[in-house]
Amino acid sequence: MGDMTIRPEDAPKVDHIVTESEVLENLPKAGGETDLRITDSTLRDGSHAMAHQYTEEQVRGVVSALDRAGVQVIEVSHGDGLGGSSFNYGFSKVDEFDLIKAAVEEATQAKIAILMLPGLGTVHHLKKAHEMGASVARIATHCTEADVSIQHFGEARKLGMETVGFLMLSHKASPAKLAEQARIMVDAGAQCVYVVDSAGALVLSDAQERVQAVIDEIGPDGAQVGFHGHQNLSLGIANSVLAYQAGAKQIDGALCALGAGAGNSPTEVLAATFERMGIKTGVDLGEVLSAAEDVVRPFIPRLPWMDRASITQGYAGVYSSFLLHAERAAARYDVPAHAILQKVGEYGYVGGQEDMIIDIALELQREKERMALGDLAAAGVR
Amino acid sequence: MRTKGTAAIVGPGNIGTDLMFKLMRRSDIIEPRYMIGVDPQSDGLRRAKSVGLEASAEGVDWLLAQEELPDIVFECTSAKAHEANAPRYAEAGILAVDLTPAAVGPYLCPPVNLEFNLDAMNVNMITCGGQATTPMVKAVSSVVPVPYAEIVASISSLSAGPGTRANIDEFTETTSAALEVVGGAERGKAIIILNPVEPPLMMRNSVFCAIPEEAGEPGELQDKILESIHAMVRTVQDYVPGYHLRAEPQFDHARETWQGMARVFVPIEVKGRGDYLPDYAGNLDIITAAAARVGDIMVAHRLGVETSWKSSADLGDAPDAIVETEKAGV
Repeated sequence: MGDMTIRPEDAPKVDHIVTESEVLENLPKAGGETDLRITDSTLRDGSHAMAHQYTEEQVRGVVSALDRAGVQVIEVSHGDGLGGSSFNYGFSKVDEFDLIKAAVEEATQAKIAILMLPGLGTVHHLKKAHEMGASVARIATHCTEADVSIQHFGEARKLGMETVGFLMLSHKASPAKLAEQARIMVDAGAQCVYVVDSAGALVLSDAQERVQAVIDEIGPDGAQVGFHGHQNLSLGIANSVLAYQAGAKQIDGALCALGAGAGNSPTEVLAATFERMGIKTGVDLGEVLSAAEDVVRPFIPRLPWMDRASITQGYAGVYSSFLLHAERAAARYDVPAHAILQKVGEYGYVGGQEDMIIDIALELQREKERMALGDLAAAGVR
Repeated sequence: MRTKGTAAIVGPGNIGTDLMFKLMRRSDIIEPRYMIGVDPQSDGLRRAKSVGLEASAEGVDWLLAQEELPDIVFECTSAKAHEANAPRYAEAGILAVDLTPAAVGPYLCPPVNLEFNLDAMNVNMITCGGQATTPMVKAVSSVVPVPYAEIVASISSLSAGPGTRANIDEFTETTSAALEVVGGAERGKAIIILNPVEPPLMMRNSVFCAIPEEAGEPGELQDKILESIHAMVRTVQDYVPGYHLRAEPQFDHARETWQGMARVFVPIEVKGRGDYLPDYAGNLDIITAAAARVGDIMVAHRLGVETSWKSSADLGDAPDAIVETEKAGV
């Protein structure tokens, strides 16, 4: 797991001690010069936690609130990216292209981003999202398979979109390997590459070392580095701060942590924490707190939380969006969700392999039946 | 009357080499005679020469200038190369089996639609995922209507060559189309996942078919679907011995979010036979096995002789794989 020591220089610098009334009086306003850019993924990663049932009204409400708060990039897609609506990942209630269009209409200053995973989404999806008005293409691959995204970066750049590469399940690759993969994406046309902690498995220095290695590789070309954190081990915010201190310029969050697994780094907590450290995000704290509390919280069916299953995901390094699928398979086949997730980790399944959850549930069910037979044998039944 | 035909393999990479070994071992009708490449340093050309083929690095120009042209050519290059070569093979009267996603000719999956395409001059082998999954969709759609079929193919990173990686959209689009055209689904969707875990994973395919509400409940209709799936698995096993169900097909009751349809899930694993490629490269094995089988039957049909295909049972245990970790270039 690398050096996990927290060094004095890692500690956030607090400008001065403030009182609550001081905070409320001196809330920063949206916009202006920023030190980093927050991308909000409530309407993409949060789609997992919503079982992909977002309505157009909810999307309009969230975009409008985030836009008002000064968040500069808002991601809207099926949780598994464009084209994700399926048996394997869950069907969207509303077509994602309609949601993207609604988001574009609602935003005044924010750019609308989409996510796509090559192998699932295609250039065809990308073009359609661009037609709907999306202007940032975030293209994701497993952290060792960056070369499958080359054609998509090329197309996104041709369309004139801003490009971001997403190296998922980054804990599975060494810092050097990640840097090599980030290089492939930048050469293909990525303007920023994210270290994506899809499993919420990176522990502090693990995250910072990876961000640092990617910066060392692609920074000299003028490419930015980003960090996407999950809360499975409760480290989304801390890892984001360390990523910023290493030089990351783009940080992902989601309102109320709404995202896969135990959720994402909460956007409102990122805004408050960076504010407290004197780091400018351009986000109006009061507005973003209101967006979380008044707009998003009321429609969340179940707040993402660090429970047995999601902590197991962080510990075993399992793709966060497997959580609800594992819970469903657990209910269908009467086996524990955390046991399914533990096996997913052991077998090394990667993002997108949700179908293997059924496989594992069946395997656990068979084991359970054998055990039950064993008990009978022990009881003298032949 | 001739009772044997000759073959040329264009593209001496791992697919071409595996195909060469399969034809040598399994077909009495097709004699692989030429191996064609463009790189004189190619290992594949050297290997072909060492087992008695005429190997040339001077491309299709060289092949078509030979006095004795082959009866059949197996294209193992790229979609672009096949698009350029296809009219030339046709003009020379050579039957072409296309293992690239070019799809100049009809999509072909031996147990599903070979009999309807015996007289075609150019046939396309879809994709590895298409070979593994369209038979299952066909097995279901021949019992009940399938308005939507979806497949997820997971393959080991080591077995996805640079061609597949550079144009992964071709895989999803070609496979989706074949689920409709060959599988019989009204609408198809294909997903491919590359997994780098060590030791490498066997090729896995999950097939989901939307089926009528009543087929989601135990009963006669469900039994018929199961029977059809098992029969199709046995047919595929005849030429791809490592093809099997990981578990019994799973039926789910109709749901509102599935537009009132029920669902059947079929988990398939494909273990390579190791004719040349390692076990985990079941994705490559299934497409070369299908291509070799198609070639054997089509050439037999043209010569008016019985097919000579040796099923897996005739061959006994698979030999050890020659290549273990080399990146398989498709």
